[in-house]
Amino acid sequence: MLGVVRKKMLGQSLLKIRPAVSVLRSYSSSAKHMTVRDALNSALDEEMSADQKVFLMGEEVGEYQGAYKISKGLLEKYGPERVLDTPITEAGFAGIAVGAAYHGLKPVVEFMTFNFSMQAIDHIINSAAKSNYMSAGQMSVPIVFRGPNGAAAGVGAQHSQCYAAWYASCPGLKVLTPYSSEDARGLLKAAIRDPDPVVFLENELLYGESFSVSDEVLDSSFCLPIGKAKIERVGRDVTITAFSKMVGHALKAAEILEKDGIDAEVINLRSIRPLDRSTINASVRKTNRLITAEEGFPQHGVGAEICASVVEESFAYLDAPVERIAGADVPMPYAANLERLAVPQVEDIVRAAKRACYRSVPLAAAA
Amino acid sequence: MALSYLRSSSSRSANLLRPLSSAASLRRPISTDTTPITIETSVPFTSHQCEAPSRSVETNPSELLTFFRDMALMRRMEIAADSLYKAKLIRGFCHLYDGQEAVAVGMEAAITKKDCIITAYRDHCTFVGRGGTLLEVFAELMGRQAGCSKGKGGSMHFYKKDSNFYGGHGIVGAQVPLGCGLAFAQKYSKDESVTFALYGDGAANQGQLFEALNISALWDLPAILVCENNHYGMGTAEWRAAKSPAYYKRGDYVPGLKVDGMDALAVKQACKFAKEHALKNGPIILEMDTYRYHGHSMSDPGSTYRTRDEISGIRQERDPIERVRKLVLSHDLATEKELKDIEKEVRKEVDDAIAQAKESPMPEPSELFSNVYAKGLGAESFGADRKEVRATLA
Repeated sequence: MLGVVRKKMLGQSLLKIRPAVSVLRSYSSSAKHMTVRDALNSALDEEMSADQKVFLMGEEVGEYQGAYKISKGLLEKYGPERVLDTPITEAGFAGIAVGAAYHGLKPVVEFMTFNFSMQAIDHIINSAAKSNYMSAGQMSVPIVFRGPNGAAAGVGAQHSQCYAAWYASCPGLKVLTPYSSEDARGLLKAAIRDPDPVVFLENELLYGESFSVSDEVLDSSFCLPIGKAKIERVGRDVTITAFSKMVGHALKAAEILEKDGIDAEVINLRSIRPLDRSTINASVRKTNRLITAEEGFPQHGVGAEICASVVEESFAYLDAPVERIAGADVPMPYAANLERLAVPQVEDIVRAAKRACYRSVPLAAAA
Repeated sequence: MALSYLRSSSSRSANLLRPLSSAASLRRPISTDTTPITIETSVPFTSHQCEAPSRSVETNPSELLTFFRDMALMRRMEIAADSLYKAKLIRGFCHLYDGQEAVAVGMEAAITKKDCIITAYRDHCTFVGRGGTLLEVFAELMGRQAGCSKGKGGSMHFYKKDSNFYGGHGIVGAQVPLGCGLAFAQKYSKDESVTFALYGDGAANQGQLFEALNISALWDLPAILVCENNHYGMGTAEWRAAKSPAYYKRGDYVPGLKVDGMDALAVKQACKFAKEHALKNGPIILEMDTYRYHGHSMSDPGSTYRTRDEISGIRQERDPIERVRKLVLSHDLATEKELKDIEKEVRKEVDDAIAQAKESPMPEPSELFSNVYAKGLGAESFGADRKEVRATLA
């Protein structure tokens, strides 16, 4: 066991020179910005334009312009044969979409939220995910199931669940969780082009958030690789993994931790299945400490898988127990104060990082 | 020379009308004789929200002989599968179709391989009807490499995409929305083809069926829902599971037709009618009144919820192969010996295929990790002990 040798003197970190790599959002006057909503809309538009076989179906996606306006303008541009409003019957329309994918089309199915995907889950798992395997490669299913996942604000227990862990446990599926506009564009385009069933978990509260995007991101050929995490912030003292909305929380936590001399590395997972275990483990081997952050229920969650992977692959490198920050182990309450207690806050991530750095007790003023 | 006869129902076949000239020696080889014959179905069609097609069906000697041969092959195949299961060479689930052969065979006679078929788990004969080979069937049942799914699917997961056969599904009712999706794709691609989505009387009560039917009717999809009503959903008789067992009427605003599913010619006529309808007017339901001799699966003796008299009665009065045999003999299209020879040939074909299937090896252990994805992206996968067995998915 090499743990003793690796123990770092945290006091030294106060004197460390901060790495030059800057955080994501730099505001130069020539930088372009795009909301996640527009990023998704433009990705759908471009992929539908490039490939006749791509079509969109879901509740309110057509005439209503999308329940969250993600599909705005698409009905007008592509017509009712390619942008289809469905009745409120998830089992039926998800099954129809999978059948269309069997025959070679490329459906994009919108669930108004992933809570409603449970009505269609048999088709996602048994009709889509397993078919290529059961048929020894005859029946590939190039379908994308997308929509908002996780908690919104004040919508209560039946409308707030995060499904990342459930879907990501199933072989045959790919599960993606964009955070920024760059993620939204690149991952959705990759998902639509991918020949396998993809569960694409968006977040309602991120739709309106604006991120800077480079010219490369705006190009219609832009695509991100599936299965690769992104290091949003390079650091040396503790690794924080997060996905979707929690990436923003983790970045804010990193800014707070920096003031206390803790240099956090933030990993935006982007892909829950395949999970980028090598990037995560390489990071923990560097920092020796791990915090996982997620919105969903803690038991059997994404963080549990990450912690297990790190303990299995990088045990000797850990200087502290792995830490998980997750949603509370209760159905989502409605009252605002209880809801706040049920969803991870920035201070939860900060506190866990400090624990992992053995800094739970506030330091006396530095000399 | 066109020969047309009025046919009475098969139970009174002993007193049929015989042709006046018995020119056996002048008969053309039956396998190629396409001289049209018109035969009446056993019973007229019953319709819902549409006009029933005529019960006079056009056929010819070649087609009737093909029906006989194909059904005899399917029958022999299923009975052989029963023996293999009891010999423990087939494991898990095995749902046999013997008794229902006329549906598979009559349907194929009315359609092309551009039309799609999707069914549930009682799929061996439907697969063969679509062009699957006996070797692919027996090898798959025994979990060998020569199987149609390379041994990875099993009895319930036969597929043949190149002839538009989409399985083979284990979840009751799921295949119906999937079938409507196939029809959606056909319409989207302007294929001028249709999809037959088969399901049983048990699946007929599934909610997702009505969801899919609603959408198919709204969007005018060329979907034909075919209820293979063998009167028992697993061990539960239809009258105990359905408030309304008139499955051809259950589409409400969708037209339906009730068909004698033991009469291959009636099935052919109904499917032809349904295809024309679906291409013009959207979905239609066909209820095939059929029967399975075996229980629901090999773990069900099939005699605790129905009487042996009922089973033997159907075999005597309505067996689909016997019906065609009597037609062929009464129309002097072949001799009894010729038909028996066909049955012998078919039996040999089945035995040969089984022998060949037994020679096929089981899949390589590396196949555990193949086809998880169509595009593996180099992702990792793990065996039971992940430190011992891991793979990179191609």
